[in-house]
Amino acid sequence: MNDLVEVRAGVYRDSVSLMRVSRALTARPWVSVALVAMATALNVEMARDLGFAVPGTATPGDLLVAIRAGSADELADAAADLERHLAERGSAAGSGGARTEGARPGGTLPRTVRSAARTAQASAAPATPATLALVSVPGEHAFAEAMDAVAAGLSVMIFSDNMPIEQEILLKDRARERGVLVMGPDCGTAVIGGAGLGFANVLRPGPVGVVAASGTGAQQVTSLLDLAGVGVGHVLGVGGRDLSAEVGGRSTIQALRALDADPATELIVLISKPPAPEVARAVRDLSLTKPIVAALLGPGQDDLTAAAAKVLSTLGVPVPGWPHWPAPRPLSGGGPLRGLYCGGTLCTEAELITRAMPARETAEFTDFGADEYTRGRAHPMIDPALRLEALAAVDRGVVLLDVVLGHGADPDPAASLAPGLARAAARGVAAVVALVGTDGDPQGLRAQAARLNEAGAAVFTSNAAAARHAARLAVPLTGGAV
Amino acid sequence: MTLSMLNGEPHVITVGAEILGEALDRQAVPRTGVDWRPPMAGVAADVLAGVLADPRRERANETAVGRLVSARPRLVGVRPAREVLGLEPGTFFHAGPPITWDRASGPMRGALIGAMLFEGLARTPEEAEAALAAATGPDGGAGSGRGVTLDSCHHHRTVGPMAGVVSPSMWMLEVADDEHGGTAYCSLNEGLGKVLRYGAYGPEVIDRLRWMGEVLGPVLRAALERCGPIDLRSLTAQALQMGDELHNRNRAATSLLVREIAPAVVEAAPDRAAEVLRFINGNDHFFLNAGMAAAKVSADAARNVPGSSLVVAMARNGTDFGIQISGLGDRWFTGPAGVPDGLYLGAYGPADANPDIGDSTITETTGLGGFAMAAAPAIVRFVGGDVADAVTATTSMYEITLAEHPAYQIPGLGFRGTPVGIDVTLVARTGLLPVVNTGIAGRVAGTGQVGAGLVSPPAEAFTTALEALAGALNSP
Repeated sequence: MNDLVEVRAGVYRDSVSLMRVSRALTARPWVSVALVAMATALNVEMARDLGFAVPGTATPGDLLVAIRAGSADELADAAADLERHLAERGSAAGSGGARTEGARPGGTLPRTVRSAARTAQASAAPATPATLALVSVPGEHAFAEAMDAVAAGLSVMIFSDNMPIEQEILLKDRARERGVLVMGPDCGTAVIGGAGLGFANVLRPGPVGVVAASGTGAQQVTSLLDLAGVGVGHVLGVGGRDLSAEVGGRSTIQALRALDADPATELIVLISKPPAPEVARAVRDLSLTKPIVAALLGPGQDDLTAAAAKVLSTLGVPVPGWPHWPAPRPLSGGGPLRGLYCGGTLCTEAELITRAMPARETAEFTDFGADEYTRGRAHPMIDPALRLEALAAVDRGVVLLDVVLGHGADPDPAASLAPGLARAAARGVAAVVALVGTDGDPQGLRAQAARLNEAGAAVFTSNAAAARHAARLAVPLTGGAV
Repeated sequence: MTLSMLNGEPHVITVGAEILGEALDRQAVPRTGVDWRPPMAGVAADVLAGVLADPRRERANETAVGRLVSARPRLVGVRPAREVLGLEPGTFFHAGPPITWDRASGPMRGALIGAMLFEGLARTPEEAEAALAAATGPDGGAGSGRGVTLDSCHHHRTVGPMAGVVSPSMWMLEVADDEHGGTAYCSLNEGLGKVLRYGAYGPEVIDRLRWMGEVLGPVLRAALERCGPIDLRSLTAQALQMGDELHNRNRAATSLLVREIAPAVVEAAPDRAAEVLRFINGNDHFFLNAGMAAAKVSADAARNVPGSSLVVAMARNGTDFGIQISGLGDRWFTGPAGVPDGLYLGAYGPADANPDIGDSTITETTGLGGFAMAAAPAIVRFVGGDVADAVTATTSMYEITLAEHPAYQIPGLGFRGTPVGIDVTLVARTGLLPVVNTGIAGRVAGTGQVGAGLVSPPAEAFTTALEALAGALNSP
C-alpha cells in the first residue's frame, strides 16, 4: 500500500472543484483512494477511517490530500496529476484567465466582492462595469459577500443555500433601499441580459420575463417556451422562501415591478409554490400593466407544462406537441413507482401528478437536490453519484428521473446515466426520463435524448407528461404491457 | 422600479464554486473572479454576520476613514513633555498597550531604566530597577507619593518609536491637525546605534538625551517659530514619490524636512546650527517621529465613531501587540507580539531578536510603512524581499482597507492612493493580516537595532475585536 498524505496550510479550493479533482484522480488505474478536500473535521475523520495518517495540525482552512495507489510509481504519477489539476484552476482564476478581469498588478485577485466591485468599477474601459454578483460560497459565509454587493449598488444572485432567514430578510430590505435585487438564497437559475447564471438553459431572446421562486420550475417553463419558438428576456430568481409569510415576497414584488418597467418584456410569468395568502394578496395588489401568468405549483393548480401552454396562448402562439421519445422496447408495467429527482420543483410536480392518478402499489420520491443530500457535496446536477446508487438499487417497477441540461450542469449527464438505465432495463425496470433543456444547450437536447432513449428509457421534454406516463405504467391495464 | 442590471451588457462578479464562473466564461460573459477563502480561524460566522448587519457600519466607516484621510497634520512646535503633556516626575509613557514591569521585555526595561537615570530619579540602574519594579499603572498611582507610574503613550495623544519611553524632560514634536483640530506628540529621534528607544542606558545615551533637551529641542523650537508650521501631509506625499514608505525608509522625508527648516535653524541659532543640522542630517530616520505624530493625529481624528470597525491604533510594547477600534473607544485588543522575519545586521540572528515593539505601526494604521512598500523599492532587500514582494504586499492591503488615500500616492502603481483604513471585518473575512514593516530590536537591553523585516500582528487581536463589536450590538 502506497499512501500520500499531505496537509497544505492555507490552500483553499471550493468543494465542487476539489470533488472534480478527487474524481479525476480516482479514475486513474491503480489509484484506490483519492481524497482531495478541505481539512474539515468530517474530511479528516473520513481520511483517518480509510487508514491515512493525517497530521493533527490540520485545520479547516488547509487542503487535505490523501491518495492511495498500488505502487510507488503510480502514486508519484497521481501526485503529479494532482499538481496539474490544482495548477489548472490556479491559472484559470489567476491573471492568465481569458475572461477574468480581476487580476491586478502584483498578481493578486480580489478577496471579497467588495474589493472586486471596487476593481471592476475602477477598471478603465473596454471592460463594462460590474452589473451583478453571483455568490456560491458555503451558506454560512454568503451573507458577507451578498452584503458587499448590495452596498456597492449591485444586484446579487445567491446560489448558496442554508442562509439563515433573518439574513435573507435583512439583505432584501437593504437591497430595496439601494434599488437592487437579491435573487436567492438557494437560487439555482437566472438569466440576465442573455447571461445564464447558475444552472441555466440557453434560451433564445424574446418577450417573456420570468420571476421564479423555483429554479427547475423556471427551467422547465422556459425550456418548453424555447422549444415552442418563444424567447425569454430575463429570468429573475427570488429564492425558494421569498413568497413565505416571513420573507413576504420582498424580492418577488421588486422583480415583478422591474419586469413591468422593462420595455423589452411583454408578458411576465411567476413561478412558485402557492404563496402564503397575505403574500398572494400583496402580489395581486401590485397593479401591473403587463399580463401575468402565474404557475403556482400545488393541488388543483396548473402544472408547469400547462402554464407554458397558457403563456403561448396569451401570446397567440400555437401550442406544439412537446417532443418525446417512446421507449425502444415496450416497457412492462406494474410494480412500485420510484422517483429519483435533482430538481425540487420537478419532483414536487411529479409527485402531485402521480398522487392525483389512480392508486398503485407504492410511490416514493426523493429530491437529491434537497439540503440533506447536498451538505458537504455538490448538487446532483453536477455530481450524479448518490442518484446513480439509488438507481442501481431499484430492482422492479417503474423509475422516473429528471435530467436537467444547460450551463453549470453536468456536461454530459447521459454518459453516467445511460449505463445505469440500461442495467435497470435489464433488471426489468421501466425507466422514464423528464429531460429539461433546449436545442441551444451545450449538452445538446436531442443528442442526450437519443442516448437515454437507446438505453431503454422513455424520454419526455415535459416533466408533467413524463410523470403521467410513469404513473400509467405503474398501474398496468388488466392483462398486459403498455 | 427599474433595475440597472436589466439594461446593457452583463458583467458578473463571481465568488464561490469555480464551475459557475467557468460556465460564464463559456458564454463569453465578462466577469471578475473573487479568490475567496473561509474566514480567519476563530471567527464565528454568526458573529461576523452580526457585525456586518449593523445598520450604522457602512456610514460609520465612511465617516471614520474620511476623517483619517482628510486630516491635515502640520508640525507646529517643539516643546518639553512636562509642558505639553503635563507629565509629572516619576511618570513615564511607553509604547504599545499598557504593560507592567514584570511583563516588560529587555529593551522596554532598559529604556525605562535610562529614563529614570536621565530624570535623575535613580543614581544607578539597580536603583532604577527597584523603583520601576514597584511602579503602578495610571489608575493605581494616586497618593503613591514619589512612586513610579507607567502608562501607554496612546492614552495621551502620544506615540513613541520602539520602547517609546517618554519622560518629563524629553522634548516633543507637536503636530496639529488643521482639519479636525486635534494635536499629537512624538519624541525627537535619537539616531541609530546605542539609543534609549532600543533599551540602551549607558552614559553616552544619557548625554545625548541631555544635549537633545538643551540644544536640539530649543533650537528646533526657535527655528519653527521663524519658519512657521511645516505641512507634513505635503512632505509625506512628496517622500512617497521619492522612494520612502515612511516607516523603515525616511531618507527622502528627512531630506525634505532639512530643506524646509535649515535656513530657519541657521537664523535662529547661528552658533548651534551646524551641530544641529549635522545631527539631523546624520540620521535618516529623523523624520520618522514627525511622521508618527502626523499619523497619530490623523488616526485620532477617526476615533469614537459609533459602529465603525476601523482600526485606529496598532501598537506593540515588546510583549503584546494591541489594536484599538474606532467604535470601541479606548479598549485594547491584544495578542502576543511576534518576532519579525527579516534580515539581521552583522552577526546577529533571530535568537537575538526581541518580540515586536514600538508605536511606529501607527504608520501602517494610516496606510504607510508596510502598506506603502510598493513605493520603496530601495529597501525591499533590507527587509528580505524583492520588488515583486513589495508590490504584492501593498496590493494585498487594498483587500483589508476601506479607502485609497487621496494625497498619498504610489507612482509605481499608476499613482494609486495608498491602501488606508484597516477594517476589522475585512481582516477577519480574508485572513489577511496587516503587513508591518519594522526594525528589529535586540532582546538584551541596550543592544540596539539587530535587523529589520516584516512582522504579522497576532490574529487574535482582530478576532477578539470583532467579538467585542458584536457584543457592543447586544448591549446598547
